[in-house]
Amino acid sequence: MTALDFSTTIGNAWFPAPTFTASGCASSGRELAQFFPLREMGGVVTKSVMSKMRPGRPTPRMAETPSGMLNSIGLQGPGIDAFLAKDVPYLVEQKARVIVSIAGETVEEYSTLARKLRSVSGISAIEVNISCPNVENRGLVFACDPEASRRVIDGVRRTIGGELPIIAKLSPDVTDLVSIAKGVVDAGADGLALINTVLGMVINVDTMRPHLGGKTGGLSGPAIRPIAVRAVYQVHAALPQIPILGMGGVASGKDALEMILAGASGVSIGTASFGNPTAIMAIQDELKQLLIDRGFTSLKQAVGFAHRPIEAE
Amino acid sequence: MTQLNKHAKQLLAPIVSNKRVGQYHQIIINIGEIATNCKPGNFVAISVGGGSSSMVLRRAFAISRVSTSTTVGGTMELIVAPHGQGSKWLCAQGEGVVLDLVAPLGTAFGIPTEPVPVLLVGGGYGSAPLFGLAELLNSRGCRVDMLLGASTGSKIYAPMEGKRAVNSMRIYTEDGTMGVAGRVTDPIAEIIKDLNVAVIYSCGPMPMLAAITKITNEFDVIHQCAVEESMACGVGICMTCVLPVENEDGTISNLRSCIDGPVMDGAKVQWSKVGQQI
Repeated sequence: MTALDFSTTIGNAWFPAPTFTASGCASSGRELAQFFPLREMGGVVTKSVMSKMRPGRPTPRMAETPSGMLNSIGLQGPGIDAFLAKDVPYLVEQKARVIVSIAGETVEEYSTLARKLRSVSGISAIEVNISCPNVENRGLVFACDPEASRRVIDGVRRTIGGELPIIAKLSPDVTDLVSIAKGVVDAGADGLALINTVLGMVINVDTMRPHLGGKTGGLSGPAIRPIAVRAVYQVHAALPQIPILGMGGVASGKDALEMILAGASGVSIGTASFGNPTAIMAIQDELKQLLIDRGFTSLKQAVGFAHRPIEAE
Repeated sequence: MTQLNKHAKQLLAPIVSNKRVGQYHQIIINIGEIATNCKPGNFVAISVGGGSSSMVLRRAFAISRVSTSTTVGGTMELIVAPHGQGSKWLCAQGEGVVLDLVAPLGTAFGIPTEPVPVLLVGGGYGSAPLFGLAELLNSRGCRVDMLLGASTGSKIYAPMEGKRAVNSMRIYTEDGTMGVAGRVTDPIAEIIKDLNVAVIYSCGPMPMLAAITKITNEFDVIHQCAVEESMACGVGICMTCVLPVENEDGTISNLRSCIDGPVMDGAKVQWSKVGQQI
């Protein structure tokens, strides 16, 4: 039997497997725990939480599109205090590794959230979601502006100190992703989550109006996978030492391997879980086998393999 | 507090039969032991399109009835209208095709502890889960009366055997092609008064559920309705299928119709705020 070291690290956080939920695709964790033990995957990235309870956007919030879907949830959530009181203790009790995702409307809100997380035990890392497309004001998508991105990450870094790894979640809807990635890494991000959903729209031809209550939504699923692979590849080429959580339409072990070869140290699974609640378990098993089949003895050997020149046979 | 359906299981289940019934398809699926855990009101989420499909999301269908005593083991019946890409695919699948499904999901209709008079109201194929419910209520000694409505006669789903458990069944169509010309909600107030109805169970389009709530608000009648909102996952992780519902403290929250529903207290659902920013 071939031994495979399947573990991965992001900053000082260690995970036994490179498979994670994508933020906003696992609710509180309890819903998926009906189908498999949460500790069996690499980690749970929680739904981005804000300071206050937030009702989210009106329905319809969803439109299926070819090999994908648009969502327009608008960060519905209980607010940080209820989240820390109920959801984090549950995940810790399940022995899941927890990456808490935070979202704010201002630079200050991110820092406030980080302050509340500073003393919480059982958290492996913080994902700073600066790229949710479902906000009223596109100006608030910090990840579209290199300077704003940098300020948010800098504020979070200063607030939490050097302990918890920070993962900045970036948007593909930018002209120069690499410069934004470099900016947030300079400001103190230990890792990057690539990519958030791609801004899109569906118009209902019967009502002849935008289908979604929020008009625009985030496109996810296999339809965006080549965009995600490209983003991971470009950023890894520029910042080879920075761990990347790759996501965007990963639905099989083969898709996960593609992300790893492009330069991701881990993969997040979102839309695939909507179609199949046990998708993460299947992807994990398939990925493990694909790595073994290719002669890798550790996941880390495969990270960024696609960047290597083809050696003379 | 949200309660998950603890019986939910994912399984591969073969189709036993698929018959056309008017505008709908009656699909029977062999689900084995989990049939005993399926209650009227619960639903099933089915993967559609086959392995390489571009349809990435499951489709939710109300479980219209289950049987645990047939020769093939436990089965569930679905009544499916082939109107979308996913439901058309399902309706085209024949005997022996194996489906990837998750069931039972969601809340069930609450059954009264006393044998009280109840009224069941179904709109279109929304009537399907009411027949299994009628049998259960009837076995508990409730007087069961039923109203079925649709825009036109061919959209009424009323199997012959469905009449066994009901005291009366009246049909309303908007174009008058079957039963009485009019809306299914027209006679409800009268029936509540005449029969001293304690609970109304409903399943059908949202405007019908909202109209019934308006009537039940005038009387001391409980309204349990099965809502229909488009879902991406069916298991509570996507947050797309929300409806505005009044909490105990009078505030309003967007609750998931897959977990806090599909059966909800009609009086608590804020029908006028559906599709609005809360």
